Order: sequence, then C-alpha cells, then structure tokens
Amino acid sequence: MSDSKPEEHKRWDEGGPERLYVLTSGRSAPGRSNTLDMVTLIVTRHRPSSSLQPEQSAILRICDYPLSVAEISAYVHLPISVVTVLLADLLDNGHVEARAPIPAASLPDAELLEAVMHGLQNL
Amino acid sequence: MDCKISEPVVGPRSEDVLPDSISTAVKVVIVGGFGVGKTTLVGSVSEIRPLTTEETMTQAGVGVDDLAGVERKTQTTVAMDFGRISLSEELVLYLFGTPGQQRFWFLWNGLFEGALGAVVLIDTRRLDDSFDVLGRLEERGLPFVVAVNAFPDAPFYPMSELRAAMDLPDDVPMVDCDARERSSSRDALLTLVRHLYALTTTASESR
Repeated sequence: MSDSKPEEHKRWDEGGPERLYVLTSGRSAPGRSNTLDMVTLIVTRHRPSSSLQPEQSAILRICDYPLSVAEISAYVHLPISVVTVLLADLLDNGHVEARAPIPAASLPDAELLEAVMHGLQNL
Repeated sequence: MDCKISEPVVGPRSEDVLPDSISTAVKVVIVGGFGVGKTTLVGSVSEIRPLTTEETMTQAGVGVDDLAGVERKTQTTVAMDFGRISLSEELVLYLFGTPGQQRFWFLWNGLFEGALGAVVLIDTRRLDDSFDVLGRLEERGLPFVVAVNAFPDAPFYPMSELRAAMDLPDDVPMVDCDARERSSSRDALLTLVRHLYALTTTASESR
C-alpha cells in the first residue's frame, strides 16, 4: 500500500505496518486508550535515565509543556492509535500526566461555552 | 522490510508552546468535501501552523465495501489537519478538519466523541457533497452549524434557497464565511458556540 503512494505519505509509514507493530509490542488497544482523547493534554513529569523506546523518549522530550495527543502524533510522525499505546505505558509508569478533556456529555455546560465564546470574541 | 532510521523528532517551536496553566482542551470539527476550504479555515484562525496527523485503518473496518470472504485487507491512510486557538490561560480549543465522504466516517468515532460540535463547510457549487454529512451528523445528534464558504466564482444563492436545497431544519444556523479571513472563520466558530449555548440553556430551562 505504501509503495503505491507518492512522497506525501510519509515518514512513519515508511517501514510499513510491521514497524508500528513492533513499536507497540503488537498491541492495538491499551486498557486506557479509551480514556485518551485526541485532545487529552499530556505533560512530562520526569524523564527516566533508564531505557525507553526512542519514540517514548521523544514524547517525553517534547511534552515539557502541555501538548495534545494529536499534536504529539503530528510531531513524532506516528498515527494517533500508536501514540495512544505508547502514552498508556508512560502514564502507567508515571512519566507523564494527562489532563483529560471535558467528558463527553450530551451537551457541554454553559459555563464552559461562555469561556469559549469569550475567548473567540477576544481574538 | 527496510530498516530506516527515523528522523529526529522536533517538537513545537518555542512560540507554539502552551503555558503550563492550560488545564482544559475542547475540540470542534470542521467537516466538508474535498477542496471546500477546511484546511484554509483551520489555518486562517489557528495560532499555530496547522499540523497533520494520520490514521491507518484496514479497509474491512470501513464498512462501505462488502469484503465478505475476502481474506486480504488493504490499508487506508487518512490525513487530518488541525489547528489550535488558546482561549485563555486555562482553556485551549482544537480545530480538526475531516473529510465528509462516507468512506472516511471511520475517523469520526474518535474525532466526534467529546467534540463540542461541528462546522459543516459547504461550497454552493457542490451542495450534493454535503448531503451525506448533514444526514450523518443529524443521526449522531452532534450539534452543528453550516458555513457557506464564499468562493469568488461561485454563484450567489439566498440562504433560504440553500437551506431548502439541503433540507436543513430551521433551527440549524447558517452563516456566510470566507475561510481565508481570520475574522470570518472566527465568526463561523462563534456562530457554532452561540448555537451550542442556546441549546444548553434551553435544555436546562426545560428541565
């Protein structure tokens, strides 16, 4: 599949799906993946000196300040689903903290919407 | 398989870093057909250069093609552009552009879950492209507004005609938009948030 695509598709897909499989030890759905949204904010707590996968070290390096899961995915050139698996390990080990987005409700609350409106009006 | 050394990961530029005080992130989805201006809208209002994230999916999960009995799955790669707006020291808004065609609906699950709402961006020359999207959003019960991207060479139609052509309920707001203009894109987002606010306050009053 990747062979048929021109250059725009892209770095992480170069090694083919096998590389992604190895990165995640074959896991596709970590236990906490469903708690990680694309806009869950991730912040590094501490960087261990011990061995981590290079991709996990890279995540810790760029998350000194809050970054969403989607931004991490863009910067490390890995699909969201793979980043989610890598992050689940980092969360379990306490290397990062997650600031969860507003839980999915039928409708967001008025106070939050007021804050969003206010912010947009001030742009 | 080739073993290629990944290029070094470069994080956000220093001016793109969020303050540590940010505690809440919300998202809005911009949905529309190819070439309708989703990325333009995201780019015009985003404080960072739009980023791209990708997702792979085996075709069997897409649910459009009947692959019964077909053992070999093919992989689909879809790119999504997104941007970001800091709304306060604590609150940040993410904007995701996603294609509206049915074959990309598999993306919607992770994307629309927890989203405040959606802006459906339409091109009056290709209204047909938006029918599927509108129906699908109504099914999902996700609040949305329709933004009519004003292409210079597109014919002008009154909103009422467009509404009728799309069979859009009266309570769904429509707004003119020039996705290239930051203020215009901002206003489209404001239209959505005001709509959400009205829905929320009406719902709590009727409780």
